[in-house]
Amino acid sequence: MTETPAIDVRGATKTFGQGEHLVTALDQVSVEIRKGEFFTLLGPSGCGKTTLLRLIAGFEAPTSGTILLNGKDITGDPPNHRPVNTVFQSYALFPHLTVAENISFGLEMLDKPKSECRETVERMLALVQLGALAGRKTAQLSGGQQQRVALARALAPQPQVLLLDEPLSALDLKLRKEMQSELKRLQTETGITFIFVTHDQEEALTMSDRIAVMSAGKILQIGAPRDIYAHPVNRFVADFIGETNFLTAEIADGSARLDGGGVLAVPGVSIRGRRTLAVRPEHLRLSAKGGNGGLAATVTQTVYFGTDSHVHLRLDDGSELVARLQTDAGGATGPQQGDRVSVSVADGAVQVLDD
Amino acid sequence: MSGSEERARQAEVRTSWLLSTPALVILVVAAAGPLLIVLVYSFLTPGTYGNVVWQPSGKAWFNVFLQRDIFDDTLGWADAHLTIVWRSIKLSTLTTIITFVVGFPTAWFIATQPPARRAMWLFLITIPFWTNLLIRTFAINEVIRNEGILNSSLVGLGLIDRPIQILYTDTAVLIGMAYVYLPLMVLPLFAAIDRFDMRLLEAGYDLYASRWKVLRRIILPIVKPGIVAGSILVFVPSLGAYVTPRVLGGGKNMMIGNFIELQFGQGRNWPLGSALAILLLLVVMVALLIYVRAANREGGHG
Repeated sequence: MTETPAIDVRGATKTFGQGEHLVTALDQVSVEIRKGEFFTLLGPSGCGKTTLLRLIAGFEAPTSGTILLNGKDITGDPPNHRPVNTVFQSYALFPHLTVAENISFGLEMLDKPKSECRETVERMLALVQLGALAGRKTAQLSGGQQQRVALARALAPQPQVLLLDEPLSALDLKLRKEMQSELKRLQTETGITFIFVTHDQEEALTMSDRIAVMSAGKILQIGAPRDIYAHPVNRFVADFIGETNFLTAEIADGSARLDGGGVLAVPGVSIRGRRTLAVRPEHLRLSAKGGNGGLAATVTQTVYFGTDSHVHLRLDDGSELVARLQTDAGGATGPQQGDRVSVSVADGAVQVLDD
Repeated sequence: MSGSEERARQAEVRTSWLLSTPALVILVVAAAGPLLIVLVYSFLTPGTYGNVVWQPSGKAWFNVFLQRDIFDDTLGWADAHLTIVWRSIKLSTLTTIITFVVGFPTAWFIATQPPARRAMWLFLITIPFWTNLLIRTFAINEVIRNEGILNSSLVGLGLIDRPIQILYTDTAVLIGMAYVYLPLMVLPLFAAIDRFDMRLLEAGYDLYASRWKVLRRIILPIVKPGIVAGSILVFVPSLGAYVTPRVLGGGKNMMIGNFIELQFGQGRNWPLGSALAILLLLVVMVALLIYVRAANREGGHG
């Protein structure tokens, strides 16, 4: 028996405008989000991820399809009747209220007794480490502090699901890193289901239990960060998440014959025909020319990053590859521009894409 | 500090005084001066043919609220004066409320229009200012008089048997003042709503607030500066209104402005008129103080 999902979106379609100006923001999207998971909607801007979030929050009604919360149909419910809270991209804190009043707003609207409101506000202030600022107006806070107030305000009514609409995009890099681990900590501590929208693949990989990669109003792939990184279903996902080398090859009998000559093993692949292969840069091995049967290539450029360096390669047929090499502890410089090298691929690292 | 620096600073101070002279002259001659004259007149004795006799007297101030009976000389309240002051305050307050109730949705509508159309709507709001106040008031007269558009259409439609008497009542004055002062309420409200961040509405709904609660707890407190400004702009001129109660109230339903005019004209009692004028000033000042104080307390928690 499977548990009822916290959020179950079934065949949701959302269009804006009409006639010639009809824009399909979401196209028959179905997704089940489990209770207590940190679920991320990842995609470039305009892919429909924010629209999906707004459908779940109730700010928009789907053109067709249904949305279930813990098995109950909430498609027609207005936002103030949904036990779901949102952390807005702009934070949308109430400027006329203090930090404590902002946090207690949702509780007061639910007609919670005064004493309970006070206790919850105290607890939330402690949770986001803002106890000292309870009496401040929100305009007097820094971006990171406003972010925490927005979080505390949305968590205070103890929603079934917390929606986060690119909440970290307005913060600088250092603060963003801090808030990433903070968010993860809050999610673990509260046990609330988080649905997080972002266009930052690194953010998605580090924080999520599962990720849905979206493009052009559709969900392309749903899976754990590891699965999506290691086994992207198509070129878009492989390209959007991390860096990838693409090669086209003719596949037959568990091996892929590259267009430029050379053969890579793709064990366990039963399909045949022309396909795109994806190989992560860190899975390429370089050895001096004359090694055992690798692809012959010339180093065109090396870029040093400290922990590793990127080696840009050109195969003999002209296609380009990038290999990422760990910096050697002994201080060896590795291949240099103009070197002829032999490229091999780690076992199981070649992904055959659907398109 | 060296001597030259000191001289430069003094020169700068002199220049700034010199530059403010025109403004100061206007303030003294056109604002403070006349007020002072009115204040002094209110403590003098009325002359036989209008004007004042230079003989100090507190009778005008005494007569503002009190009167002696003609026959037995007993002291009593000046009922007629009190009625007029009370009517002025009542009608001005009602005018402020009506313009707010009508003006708020109007301002909200304009502020939520696309920017290009917003300019057009604001332009339309200001059109009444192009016409003389007296003419606009007579236009209202034309609408509400017994043979006017309103009554004849209602009779024509068979909704009423005979015309409703609106003209020359307090209601007529109220309709006229609400019409005349509506733009003064709409414009500051628009300015405040225009600055309002509409994303806060979604935040409110998201946090379980109903539409009414969003209005009460989020919109009204945030646009309050606009409400205060609009209310002052409507209340103050309503209190001293002269033309509208004169034309639509028909001389019977006087407001304090008409009563003051009466003292300087047929009444030939300049000191009483002056005392009433100062009284009007005081009422406005007190009303403003109460209003601003209340507005600040409600909104600010420190």
